Amino acid sequence: MNTRLLPLYATLLICIIAYAVCVFQFPMMFSTRVAGNLLTDNAFLGIAAVGMTFVILSGGIDLSVGSVIAFTGVLLAVLITHYGIHPLIAFAIALVITTAFGASMGAVIHYLEVPAFIVTLAGMFLARGMCFVMTTDSIPVNHQFYTYLQGLYYLLPGGGRLTFIGCLMLLIFAFGIVMAHFSKFGSYIYAVGGNRTSAELMGVPVAKTTIGIYAMSGFLSGLAGIVFSLYTSAGYSLAAVGVELDTIAAVVIGGTLLTGGVGYVAGTFIGVIIQGIIQTYIVFDGTLSSWWTKIVVGILLFSFIALQRLLVLLSSKRTATLTKP
Amino acid sequence: MSGPRVTALTKAMPQLLTLVLILFLNYLAFPGFFDIRLQDGRLFGSLIDVLNRGAPVIILAVGMTAVIASRGVDLSVGAVMAVSGAIAATMTVAGYPLPIVILATLGVGLLCGLWNGILVAYFDLQPIVATLILMVAGRGIAQLITEGSIVTFNEPGLIFFGTGSFAGVPMPILIALLLLIVAIAVVRRTALGLLIESIGINRSASNYAGLNSKLLLLVIYAFCGFCAALAGIIIAADIRGADANNAGLWLELDAILAVVVGGTSLFGGRFSILMSALGAVIIQAMNTGILLSGFPPEYNLILKALVIIVILLAQSFSSAGGWAFVKAEFGTKGRKSQ
Repeated sequence: MNTRLLPLYATLLICIIAYAVCVFQFPMMFSTRVAGNLLTDNAFLGIAAVGMTFVILSGGIDLSVGSVIAFTGVLLAVLITHYGIHPLIAFAIALVITTAFGASMGAVIHYLEVPAFIVTLAGMFLARGMCFVMTTDSIPVNHQFYTYLQGLYYLLPGGGRLTFIGCLMLLIFAFGIVMAHFSKFGSYIYAVGGNRTSAELMGVPVAKTTIGIYAMSGFLSGLAGIVFSLYTSAGYSLAAVGVELDTIAAVVIGGTLLTGGVGYVAGTFIGVIIQGIIQTYIVFDGTLSSWWTKIVVGILLFSFIALQRLLVLLSSKRTATLTKP
Repeated sequence: MSGPRVTALTKAMPQLLTLVLILFLNYLAFPGFFDIRLQDGRLFGSLIDVLNRGAPVIILAVGMTAVIASRGVDLSVGAVMAVSGAIAATMTVAGYPLPIVILATLGVGLLCGLWNGILVAYFDLQPIVATLILMVAGRGIAQLITEGSIVTFNEPGLIFFGTGSFAGVPMPILIALLLLIVAIAVVRRTALGLLIESIGINRSASNYAGLNSKLLLLVIYAFCGFCAALAGIIIAADIRGADANNAGLWLELDAILAVVVGGTSLFGGRFSILMSALGAVIIQAMNTGILLSGFPPEYNLILKALVIIVILLAQSFSSAGGWAFVKAEFGTKGRKSQ
C-alpha cells in the first residue's frame, strides 16, 4: 500500500466514524438536510482551504486568508450598498483586487526571499486595516441579485437543499483536484514544495509558480469572501477572524504535510467536513459550548501530525534497510 | 572596550532612528507627549504609558527572541496568555492565596512551553506546526477553565501586578525591566546565548559538536511559555478579569513583529534581546501615537503592515547586495522568457 495515501485514508476513516457516532446519537443527523447544510455552512471555509492547500503544498503558508475574506465582504457591501454598483461588477472588482494582492505577496516572497509567514502576516494586517479604513460598521447588503443567488438551490430528496454556494464549493474542489493532478501548474507546485532547488534545476519556473500560487490563494480567498457575503448578506470588518487557522487545520487534518510536496486536495475537503461535523454535533447536543470545537480540532491536529511523523519515520527506516547492501 | 559598543550602537541605529522619528511625530501630534509628572506617588505621562502598555509585548518578545534565535517560532503565546490569565482569575476567585496563584500560573505557562518544546525537540515537528496546535486548542482550554464567562476578581494583591507601582514606576514596567536584566545576564554572561545561536544556525552541526540541542530547545520553549504566563498575569491584573476570547489575541504576532523589528532574523542565529524590547517599544509608541493624534485606531494595522514591509525590504536588500541583485534576477527572468 502506498504510505503517502495512508493519512488520506485515516482522515476518511475518522470522518466516517465521526459521522457514524453522530448519527448513532442523533438519528436525525442522517439526512440530506444536514448534509446540505454542512456544505452551505462551510462553503467559504472550503473554498479558502483549496487555496491554502496549494500554498502549503508548495511549502509556504498564507495567514492573510481570513482578513482577505473580511476585506472582500466589506468592499462588496460598500460598493453595492453605498455606490449602487451591480453585484456582478462588484464581484469582478473584488476578485481582481484580491488576486493582485495575492500575486504581490507571492512576488515579495520569491524575489525578496522573505519567509512566507512574515509576508502574509503583513498582508493580514494590511487587509484587515483596509477593512477598518473603509468602515467599522456592519453594512447590510440588500440587492435583488443577492436574493436571487441565495434563493438558488436544488431540492434533494428528503428536503435537503443543495445551495448555490455549496455547489460552488464542490466545483472549486473538483477544479482544484484536476489542477493538482492533471495540469502542468499542479506538478510545478508539487515540485517546488518537494525541493525548491531541484525544481529550479529541473527547469520549473519557480518565480512564476510561486507568484501563481499566492495569486490563486488570493483569488480563492476573494471568492470565499463573496460566498461569505452571500451567506451573511452583510459586510463586517471583524468578520472571519481566525479563518486562516481553520483552513490550515483543515489542510493538515486532510493529510497534507506542512513541509510541502505531499498531500491531496480531496483530503482538505474531508478536513473541512470533519470540522463541520464537529460543529453540527455541538449544535445538536445543545449543552456543549462552541469552544469544544477548538479543543477537538487541536486534538485532531496533534494526532494527524503525530501520525504523519510516524509514517515519515517508518518510510525512512524502510528505505534505509532497502539501501543497505 | 569601546570598539564593540560603537559597532553595537551603529547596528542599532536604524531602530533607534525609527523610535526617535516616531516619538518626534508623536510630539508634533500631541505637544504634551514628553511631559512626565509625579502624582499620588506614581509617574504619569504619555512616555510612561508607552512603556506600561508595551510591557506585555516586551515580556513576550524576550521569550520569543530565544525561540526565533533557535530557528523556531512560537505561535501559541497569545493562547498561553489566555490560559494563564484564566487560571490566575479562577484560582483567585476560588480563594487561593496570592503566592500559590502566581506560582501555579507561571507553572502552567512552563507546562505549555514544555509541551511545545517536546513537540519541537523530541517529535522533530516544525515549530510553526507544533505551536499551532496549542494556538488553536489553547483558547478552548482557557474557555474550559473560565466556563465560557469573563471571570472578574477584586484581589488587591493580584491587581497590584497590573496597575500598582513601586517607587513611582508602574509594576508592568518593573517586571519587564527585571526580566530583561535577568534574561540578558543569563544569556550573555554564560555560554547559553552562544549555544542558542549555534543551534539556530545549524542544529545538526551543534549536535556533532556535543551540544544537547534537544534539552536546550526544551528549555527555550519552556522559557517562552513562562514569559507568556507572566504577560498573561499582567494583562489579567490590568483589566481585573480573565477574558478567554480576547486576552492576548494577536499578541503572538506583535511579539514576532517586535523581534523582527529588533533585527533578529527569522532564519535563526544572531539575536539581541535588548533590540527585541526596543522593537516592542517602537510598536507601542506607534500605537499610542495614533491614539493620541486622534486618528482612528483602525489605521494602526495598516501602519504596522507598512513597517513590516519597510523592514523586510531593508533587511532583504542589505543581506542580498541591494538592488543589483533584484535587477539581475529580473534580467535573467526576462531573457529566459524570450
